[in-house]
Amino acid sequence: MKVHGSWFMVHGSLFFLALYAVLCTPYPAFAQTISSTELINNAKQRDGKAVVYVGEVIGDIMVRGEYAWLNVHDGNNAIGIWIGKDLTKDILYTGSYKSRGDWLEISGTFQRICPQHGGDLDIHAQSIKKINPGRLTPERLNLSKEKHALVLLVILCLLVILMPLKRK
Amino acid sequence: MILKPRLEDVKNIGYYLGRIIIGLSLTMFLPIILGIALKEINPTLDFVIGLEIALIFGLVLTKLCFTEKDLNWMQGMIVVSLAWLAAMLLGAIPLYLSGHWKSYLDACFDTMSGFATTGLVLVQDLDHISFSHNLWRHLIMFIGGQGIVIVALSFMVKGFSGAFKMYVGEARDEKIMPNVMNTARFIWLVSIVYLILGTLALGIVGILNGMKAINAFFHGACVFMAAFDTGGFTPQSQNILYYHSLPYEVVTVVIMILGAINFKLHYHVWMGNRREILKNIETVTLFITIMITFFITAVGLQQLGIYPKAMLLFRKGFYQLVSGHTGTGYQTIYPMQFITDWGNLPLVGVICAMALGGAVCSTTGAIKMLRIGIIFKALTQDIKRIILPERAEVVKKFHHIKTIFLDDKQARSALLITLAYLLLYGLGSIIGMLFGYPFLSALFESTSAAANVGLSCGITNVNMPVALKVTYILQMWAGRLEFMSVFVLIGFFVAAIKGKR
Repeated sequence: MKVHGSWFMVHGSLFFLALYAVLCTPYPAFAQTISSTELINNAKQRDGKAVVYVGEVIGDIMVRGEYAWLNVHDGNNAIGIWIGKDLTKDILYTGSYKSRGDWLEISGTFQRICPQHGGDLDIHAQSIKKINPGRLTPERLNLSKEKHALVLLVILCLLVILMPLKRK
Repeated sequence: MILKPRLEDVKNIGYYLGRIIIGLSLTMFLPIILGIALKEINPTLDFVIGLEIALIFGLVLTKLCFTEKDLNWMQGMIVVSLAWLAAMLLGAIPLYLSGHWKSYLDACFDTMSGFATTGLVLVQDLDHISFSHNLWRHLIMFIGGQGIVIVALSFMVKGFSGAFKMYVGEARDEKIMPNVMNTARFIWLVSIVYLILGTLALGIVGILNGMKAINAFFHGACVFMAAFDTGGFTPQSQNILYYHSLPYEVVTVVIMILGAINFKLHYHVWMGNRREILKNIETVTLFITIMITFFITAVGLQQLGIYPKAMLLFRKGFYQLVSGHTGTGYQTIYPMQFITDWGNLPLVGVICAMALGGAVCSTTGAIKMLRIGIIFKALTQDIKRIILPERAEVVKKFHHIKTIFLDDKQARSALLITLAYLLLYGLGSIIGMLFGYPFLSALFESTSAAANVGLSCGITNVNMPVALKVTYILQMWAGRLEFMSVFVLIGFFVAAIKGKR
């Protein structure tokens, strides 16, 4: 009985410790991701809470001292992410015309009106995980566009040649 | 008795419309050059196709309708109103070909929004658009801000008396120089000097913010063009929030205010008459109305208590308000935050600011400061007339470059245009409400479109009803041209149907 009692005490304590860690850690590792629309439309309810946000890094990574701003687009809106400069080292691609940016899973605290950043709606990131690497998107000539441009050029040239602009 | 338009009228209109289209189409060379320089193959082709179609259209019109006669007032007004529609239809071609707009109507919406310096957008996936398309989006704001006719006139070597009629038809009733061609060139000079200075300022701030140099200066040029022309487009989908920067906000506020000032005032300040800023009825009215509308907005925000510090309230409240008042439409909050966070009173403050607008002969839309000033003066004059003895002669004057005595004709004209704007705001709101949007949201978006502002509370999006898209396009068009040209065009069509030979 004594043996059983200590077994329950040890394992019970471990279980509750683990439960405490899961419930009280500010950024649970398996929290559900949240969309930008959900964050913007329900900003009041989410204010100051831990969130996991997933999206593509777009535009510039703007380094400000020891931190940096990322703008991360989840397909609906882009949200500013305030992040330690060191954490941005793994980001190789940002979204632009010639590239698709890295897709990141960002764990951090959502701020509806961030007092540190002039009242912006943003996320202060604690950690990021690259879930889909970006890539360059080389352009291929659109043959149909090329054909249309040539046909129109011929029509334009004919017009210029056959229809002099000024009449005397 | 209404007379049917003659063939001569149609030919005159067609010929000058063709010339304006040719002049405008040449501006597409800029994105083509940029596209070639940056090796953006397909975007370059989009603009080549757009340019070719516009040139063919313009050449055919000038050939078929060739005339050496000058424009009369009616023809001048019709040319202007049709030129704006043609600019929308032709300017939308390269945008639509890019694949970033879901339909040709959406591309037309954004093109009219650009030319009319509104700033409402239906573009999809803006963050992956090419440099050339982004340049075109902002260039059309720059062109529309100065005026499509001004651009076309700048390409013409020789002046003609019909030019002034088109200039007036484009809602610019003040000549800065004795000659309208020189006025057009002066407007370009002012704009290009500020473009260089503004791009440099924003580019440097961008670099200090951590942007790559090429992006910083490209964004600087684009944001300048949209801010000075009180447009509101930005190269990225987050609008000004993208930059996360107070200095960027400060510089854009200065540029927006510069854009909201009368070009005639710019001329006098450039000529050394700096005291004019303090005396001019428009700048005084602008200052007072900004203060009043900001007070309303700030009290509303304070009551809601969403901003914990006064500085945050000022930064967010003042930026959206100045952006609305100058007709720019730059935002540092998300559109939905107007509804979810700001509440009714702050929205009313911003709607009032949007409805008022900036100076006449500037790049802003809406009722405009000169008219507000005149209406206020006329009102005080009438009150004095009632209070003072009947024999007393009440004379009112105001200062606008020179001292002007207020007469009933000026007051009547100001009131009529104001009434037309109020009706346009109301009409758009009713249509919005017919589609199920709440009153304040519908009024906000309608005022934003008709006053060529571009602030959005979320109604403008790709999924909104087609009829509402068309309504906002018509509002942007009529609001930018200040009605007269549009009324003349409607009258022309009525005469064509009902008129007698």
